[in-house]
Order: sequence, then C-alpha cells, then structure tokens
Amino acid sequence: MTGLTLTDIRKSYGSVDVIHGIDLEIQEGEFVVFVGPSGCGKSTLLRMIAGLEDITGGTLKIDGETVNDIPPSKRGIAMVFQSYALYPHMTVYDNMAFGMRIAKESKEEIDRRVRSAAAILQLEPYLDRLPKALSGGQRQRVAIGRAICRDPKVFLFDEPLSNLDAALRVATRIEINKLHESMPNSTMIYVTHDQVEAMTLADRIVVLSAGHIEQVGAPIELYNRPANLFVAQFIGSPAMNIIPAKIESAGAQTTVTLTGGKSVTVDIPTDPAESGKEASFGVRPEDLTVAEGDDFIFEGEVALAEQLGEVTLYYIEGLVKDQPIIAKMPGNHPSRRGERVRFTAGRETLHLFDAAGQTYRRSSDG
Amino acid sequence: MNPLVQGLITIVIGVGGCVGYFYLSNLVVDHLIFPAKGKNAGRNINRANKVRPWLFLFPAIFALGLYLVYPVVGSFWRSLFNRAGTDFIGLGNYMALAASDEFRTAVLNNFLWVLFVPAGATAFGLLAAQLTDKMRWGNVAKSLIFMPMAISFVGASLIWKFVYANNADIGLINAVREALGASGPIDVLQIPFWNNFFLMVILIWIQTGFAMVILSAALRGIPEETVEAAVIDGANPFQIFFKIKVPQMMGTIVVVWTTITILVLKVFDIVYTMTGGNFGTQILPSYMMAYMFRDDGRATAVAFVIMLIVLPVMIWNIRQARRELR
Repeated sequence: MTGLTLTDIRKSYGSVDVIHGIDLEIQEGEFVVFVGPSGCGKSTLLRMIAGLEDITGGTLKIDGETVNDIPPSKRGIAMVFQSYALYPHMTVYDNMAFGMRIAKESKEEIDRRVRSAAAILQLEPYLDRLPKALSGGQRQRVAIGRAICRDPKVFLFDEPLSNLDAALRVATRIEINKLHESMPNSTMIYVTHDQVEAMTLADRIVVLSAGHIEQVGAPIELYNRPANLFVAQFIGSPAMNIIPAKIESAGAQTTVTLTGGKSVTVDIPTDPAESGKEASFGVRPEDLTVAEGDDFIFEGEVALAEQLGEVTLYYIEGLVKDQPIIAKMPGNHPSRRGERVRFTAGRETLHLFDAAGQTYRRSSDG
Repeated sequence: MNPLVQGLITIVIGVGGCVGYFYLSNLVVDHLIFPAKGKNAGRNINRANKVRPWLFLFPAIFALGLYLVYPVVGSFWRSLFNRAGTDFIGLGNYMALAASDEFRTAVLNNFLWVLFVPAGATAFGLLAAQLTDKMRWGNVAKSLIFMPMAISFVGASLIWKFVYANNADIGLINAVREALGASGPIDVLQIPFWNNFFLMVILIWIQTGFAMVILSAALRGIPEETVEAAVIDGANPFQIFFKIKVPQMMGTIVVVWTTITILVLKVFDIVYTMTGGNFGTQILPSYMMAYMFRDDGRATAVAFVIMLIVLPVMIWNIRQARRELR
C-alpha cells in the first residue's frame, strides 16, 4: 500500500514559484527525510503535506485518497514543530489531550492514549507541569507525544532538533529513531538542513534545491553515487572537492586533464562525443591519502592543518580558485604546513561530472 | 527677561542645585556628623554608609510626599470637617453620605459602570483586534477605531448628545426609530435605569480603541506555531480563538480590563456633560463634582471613598503589569 503520493506538486506565491513540480512516492512505514539548503522549499513542501499551506498545483494523495482540499485535521497527519509549539497555558497532559478533546473522544480513551504516549517518551512524571517548567528536550518530547496521541498515518517533523543543544540533539535523534522502529506502520517525513540527521534517520533521503528534487535515494546511495554536482557537494562533510577538468580522451575509461595540467585516468566510461568537453572532477576529502612516489592526482601546498585527534584535515590552497581542497585523513598526522604534498585516491572513489553538473555514471551503476 | 536666559538659569539652578545638594549633604555626613577619624573612625564610616542611601532618596521621597501623600492625608483630614472647614465633625460627612439616597444611587450606578464598561471595551477591543489582524485594510480600520481616544470626554459627550438628540432630524436613534415607523421622538437619556447604559456606551466607544491597540499587540505576540498546531489538532476558528489565543493573552487582557476599571472610577465628564447626574444617572465622580466648591467636606469624603475603591484594583493592575513585563 502506498503511504503518500505527490504528483507534480507546485506552489506559487503570486507570480513567484517556490515549488516547481515535485513527483514523489512514499511507502507506508517509510522514514523519508527532506534535506536541502535554506530556502530550497523543504519546509514549504512539508507544510503543504500538512495542509498549512495551500497546494497551487498537482495532487497530493495520502493513503490513496486525494487530500488537496481536506483540512489538516482530517488528513491523518501529525506535525512536530521546530519551536515545539506547545500550548503554554496547558499542562503536558492537556497539551497531548487537546486534539482528542476537540474530536470529542471519551475521557477513558483520552486518558489511555495520553498515558501510553507518556510512557513511551518517559513523560509520566511531568504530566501535570506547564511547558515552561520543562527543559528543551522534554518539551520536544511532549510535542512528539502530542503527535503520537493523534495516532496519525503520517508523522511530519519540521526541523525538530534545531532548537536543542548538541548533546540533546544526538539523544533526541536516537529517540526518534527508536520511535520509528516501535511504530513500523507509521510513515514519517522529516525536514532538516542537517545532513547528519538525514543520513542517520532516513530510509530514503530527498535532496531538494530551489524548489525541485535533485535526487531521491538511500543515504549511502546518495553518498556513493550522487546524481549530480549539487548532491555530491551537499552530502558529506567536509564537502566533496571539485576540480575543474577537461576530457582528453573518452571511452571505456576516461582521461581528464585537471586545472594545473595533471592528467588523471578514471574508470568511468564516457561517450567519444564527450571528448574535449569541460567537466568537473570530484574526490571526497576522506578518500584522499598522501601519495608516495609519482602516482598522484594532484600536488599542492598545505596552507593549514587541523589536528582533531580522530582525524587530520589538510587545506590545500592555490589549486582551485578561492576554494581550498580538503584532505581528511583518519588518525594523527604531522602538520606539514607550508610543505608541498602529493595526494592520491582509490580509482573507484573518483567522480566525474559533465559541464551541466550531471554525473557520468559508472558502468556498474547500470 | 529673555525666555532663553530664563531657561538657562533654570537649568543651571536645577542641575547645580542637585549637584550642590548631593555634594554638601555627603560632606556634612562624612565630616561633621560621622567624621572618619578619632577613636570611632571605623564605626563612623559604617554609620555614614548606612545614612548615605537615604541622602540620595530624600529628594524623591520629599517630592512624592509633597505631591502624592500630602494630598491624600490632607483630603482625608478635610473630609472630617464641615462645609466651611471650620468645625471638626469626625465621620459626619461619611454618615451623611451613607444616609443619602443620591449617594447610594451613585454607588449602584458606578457598580454597573465598573461591571459593563471594562467588559464592553475589552470585548469589543478584542474583537476588533482579532478581526483586523493580518487584514489588508486592518491598519486603516484600527486607526478609525482608535480615533475616539483622541477626543476629550466632553467632546465625545457632545457628539453623542447629537446621536441621542430628542429629535428625529438630528438624533440618530430617533431617526432610526422614525424610519421603523415609531411615533414621536423619545429622549433616551430620560429612560430610567437604561439611560445609564446609554451613557456607558460613550465610554465604551472611547475605550475600545485603547483596548484594541494593546490587545492586537498581544495577539501578534502569540507564536504562530501554537495556532498551526491547534489547526492540525482539528480546532475550529472559535476554538482557536477562545482556547488557544485568549488564554495566551490573559495577562494582557487583565491589565487592559483593570486599567479601564480604574479610569471608569475617575471619569465624571460624561455624566456631567450629558445629564448632570439627573434622571438617576449619578455616579461617584460626578456626585463629587456636584458638591465641589459648595461643600468641600462632603466632596473630599466622596473623593476618599473613590480612592478606597480604586486602590485594590490598582494594586492588582500594577502586579499584573509587572508580571507581564517579566
């Protein structure tokens, strides 16, 4: 059964289009994360699914039923807001019970559902408190509890961890993960700009930019096989190094010349017609290693070295204009600041993008 | 003398006087009363430091005492004397008030005013704030509703005298009655008991603007997400207004309510201008005005009664306003 179907969903404010036709299928029980830079429309899209924003064009189906014109409360959704959005004048209990009281549920049913949600989230000792007497993490748990009480088909999370401090964010992230495991039939849609949250929580990630989908896929798939330059640079931290290049010879293997003159051969097949075209060569910081001998991809001066204990980051400047190339190597390495160092990477870890930013696929990708 | 020179002299004397007062008074305390030498030097320094805050507070305490405390005490003292202020008659004026039918009418009417005017103004203000919120022409509507605030009570009363005029060609009410086919104009200000409400309408009309401005600011302060969460919880617009928005503004509503209550207990102008307290419309402030300059003993007694009634409301108002600030 299908959880959610978005067909050519569009949103405009007057003459300004912010969402340009989104097509997406979300399975029942799936955990989908919308991720993208600020202003990419991810929150707007979530609010359209919730019914807080009108849908300008396209159809939205939840559980097979078109819900474009159905009010939020009848869509079978529950939403958790970034700012918690608890009712400040109500106790924790009343906050969770409000929706059911509006729906005129029986007292016993309300009590049963509130207590079971409180038990899941360890909120039982706080049921009589007002939100202002709770910590940020507890407040967000209440907001999640309020969503659970609605017993929705789809949970919507709008950057729920952004207002929490770093330690609490990790703890609450794990809780949300457990929550999803304990409710395998609940579909969850989660908006974040934090790619760590996206990678750790998602069954599938939807990368959005400027109102359209860049790529949809499992986290590791996005990491290993980005569909284009945008996804390649958005997923992974630090971002993938991109070096402008020119295709020298196309074929089953491709040889490119990087800025600076070094020639590199990669295992990626290209059409002979591509020969001579501009391209972008990509390699992730964590795939780079210091080269011994003459087999290297590029050479440059280490402008800065950051020794973090678990990893060492080298910043190599001068090769690409205004953009240092970063090498991230596990463990402790000497600073080597000011030295010219040669770097290399495994052939299977290299990426190549055409002039329009689309990935040249490996043959193994099918 | 040139006003500029006068101003300058005032500034010099004022500022110089302040500096001089603090300098000299500290000098006196530190050197003459508690000199920091001799065998008691340590004790004297401590004592001087205990006295010092009072030196700084004295001017303010003195000014407040002169202009606030003295009038209260003075009024009370005056209310214990007869009409001419020559004979001490104890609580005689208060006894006379208690025995007066007109005073009892005034208290009863004032009770009605306190009940209905703050309620009416706050309710209409809340309604206007909600209806004009986020509306395209909302600010224009708000300006119009706020405008009566800029009119003096006497001016507003004169406007409403026209509305209530006992003539279908002038009075709005009688014009409407005539249009509906009623025979002959009536004077609404002479209808016993209900005329009080026609007078209250004027103050409600004036104060709605005040309530609206404060409440629409409070309405803006409500986090949008709580409203959206309620929408998702299935609340309809009325439930959102009464169960989500109003409770979150309760502190502000109480401040507005009590502020208007205090005002109601002070306004004499409307009754004074419209009916002069006749036809059973007397309220305490206008009753006080009726005795002023004729029997100052009686008038000050009424003033004191008004103060006693206002005081608890005022204390509550200030407490609530402070809590809002936190």
